[in-house]
Amino acid sequence: MTNNPGPSGSMASNSGPASPGDPGLSTSLLSLRGISKNFGAVQAVENINLDIFPGQVTALMGDNGAGKSVLIKTISGIWAPSSGQMFWKGQEVHIHTPRDSEHLGIATVYQDLALCDNLDIVQNMFLGHEKTKVGLLDEIKMELTTKQTLADLSVSTVKSVRQLVGSLSGGQRQAIAVARAVMRDSQLVIMDEPTAALGVSQTAQVLSLIKRLAERGIAVLVISHNLNDVFQVADRAAVMYLGSLVSSGPISNYDTSSAVELITTGESSRVPPTIVAS
Amino acid sequence: MGQVRRLWRGDSGMVPIVLGLAILVVYFQMRNSVFLSAGNVTNLFVQATVFILLGMAEIWLLLLGDIDLSVGYTMGVGAAITVILVDHQFHWPWYAAFAVTLLATTGIATLQGLIVIFFRLPSFIVTLAGLLFWEGMLINLVDHQGIGGSISNENKILYNLVNGNFTTVFTWIFMVVVVLFMAQSMVRADQRRRASGLVTRARMVLFFKIGALAVAGIVLALLFNANRGTFIVLQGMPYAIPIDFAVLAAGSVILTKTKAGRYIYAIGGNSEAARRSGINVNRYRLLAFALTGLTTGIASLLYASRLGGISDNIDSSLVLYAVASAVIGGTSLFGGRGKMIHAVIGGIVIATIYNGMALISIGPATQYMAIALVLLAAVTIDSIARRGSTTN
Ligand SMILES: Nc1ncnc2c1ncn2[C@@H]1O[C@H](COP(=O)(O)OP(=O)(O)O)[C@@H](O)[C@H]1O
Ligand SMILES: [Mg+2]
Repeated sequence: MTNNPGPSGSMASNSGPASPGDPGLSTSLLSLRGISKNFGAVQAVENINLDIFPGQVTALMGDNGAGKSVLIKTISGIWAPSSGQMFWKGQEVHIHTPRDSEHLGIATVYQDLALCDNLDIVQNMFLGHEKTKVGLLDEIKMELTTKQTLADLSVSTVKSVRQLVGSLSGGQRQAIAVARAVMRDSQLVIMDEPTAALGVSQTAQVLSLIKRLAERGIAVLVISHNLNDVFQVADRAAVMYLGSLVSSGPISNYDTSSAVELITTGESSRVPPTIVAS
Repeated sequence: MGQVRRLWRGDSGMVPIVLGLAILVVYFQMRNSVFLSAGNVTNLFVQATVFILLGMAEIWLLLLGDIDLSVGYTMGVGAAITVILVDHQFHWPWYAAFAVTLLATTGIATLQGLIVIFFRLPSFIVTLAGLLFWEGMLINLVDHQGIGGSISNENKILYNLVNGNFTTVFTWIFMVVVVLFMAQSMVRADQRRRASGLVTRARMVLFFKIGALAVAGIVLALLFNANRGTFIVLQGMPYAIPIDFAVLAAGSVILTKTKAGRYIYAIGGNSEAARRSGINVNRYRLLAFALTGLTTGIASLLYASRLGGISDNIDSSLVLYAVASAVIGGTSLFGGRGKMIHAVIGGIVIATIYNGMALISIGPATQYMAIALVLLAAVTIDSIARRGSTTN
């Protein structure tokens, strides 16, 4: 999916605090401007400027401890940013709780998935959003919607939607977590290392799931360590190094070796200079 | 065989204990034929009442992975409040006294919940402090109002909660209505699933369940309605039975059919996942504490009725029976797994051991040890199930 490429470089996204006429804001779904997050004295994420576009898969790369998880948790409202601004469809928003991000249309699939093993698939899919009828849970409606959503995403490997999630394989759990995000009519789906724990065929399933989300016009922000995966699904890339965003732009600006350079050293001679943040 | 196995699916956690109970019953009956007499079985159910209600009180918190160690003495304080208020000195009408009792026990548990949540303390420690505190409160209340460390109950309604019986006609009506209502809701649920094109269990399973339900209702009605008096005619279902049943039904509906119940399971399974799903975890934890208190309050009324008043020296093991009832029935100590019906099964198992052993003249020392072994077995099964973690 490259029919909506947005700004070709990332000059806009690296131009510091939002200013009127900031070109990134007009086309992006979510824009971060100067986002920082510190834990006491630890500066986990610093001055991040990033634009995320609808219908595109943005891959967020970086070494262990680069701050990727902290950044997406900030976007999803696990905690508020220490400073900086966020814009949703050009409007400034303040995200302080998971509910806030969800109300905007952001769904997050965490690295640890955050599923309840003691609940079944339907119960997990609707957790926090149960359908009710005269105050009581409408299990039939929830079960039908769950089956429909899984069918839409071609998730065919689960035997019964009334299976406990604790009994599922890693790939199935990932699929449920993603399906759950999609079912909420989310406009931005964030995934933290969705393939890290998976085997080859399960990884392929999740990657095609990601592509299908983008085809539906959903913006996807996916964290991955696996460059193969990234070059397979991403439309855009963003690289973090020691808490800073060192580069972002269309995936065509990168190849495996420049991505590795950026991830390990924070700079690359082979990526056009406009793309590398100063 | 496949059909039989499918019958148990979803309730498979209860198979070992139901089998165990059946073996106990057969054993006691063989040793003493009085065991299964109408009088003794009715008595056994009444003996089980306090265990069952306290067990259900405990399940609200066990599902969260929390515990309330103070339920025994909270119940004692509740019983003292009821007995004092309906006493000739205060002359409160029974309903006002009962309402204040329920408010008081709910308040006690909610207060403990607030401390647990606000100061982020383990419920284990806070309610251990509660255990001592409310024991002190009980002694204070009783010694202030009563003579010689106890207050006896003079109120007829309170007395009747455990000792009174319905008429035989009402007993039949109750059983028929309950069985019909449950059968009808099972059939309707099945029909709705079929109409929506969802997977259902075989029709035979449904008919088998309804049949079992009807048989159970008829057996219980016959049992309760048999004359169990020696000199006078004594028959009919004790008031305590529908009280247990109402608490069981209300608790089960809350847990399985409402958002609050769903969230209690979710928090017990993975509280961080619940939080990220937008659930206000602390609100539902506090609700569970309050429900523990409310259920404990109902137990207070039956306890006061059974003791014929209240003493400043109540059984200090009551909380252990509460936890044991829940866990023996199949509720997990680790949170996230359990049902209200577990306390009913567990409470009946405990009462069966006491009742049966007393009948065959085995003393309390051995009774304690037998319950201890059953509890140990239940916790072991719980722990193994947790490691397997795929069964409900
Ligand atoms: N809750 C937290 N409290 C304190 N420090 C944290 C917390 N979460 C992450 N960090 C720190 O922030 C940095 C970035 O971590 P993280 O975002 O998890 O890295 P990754 O890019 O591998 O996902 C690390 O140094 C980590 O130790
Ligand atoms: Mg991470």
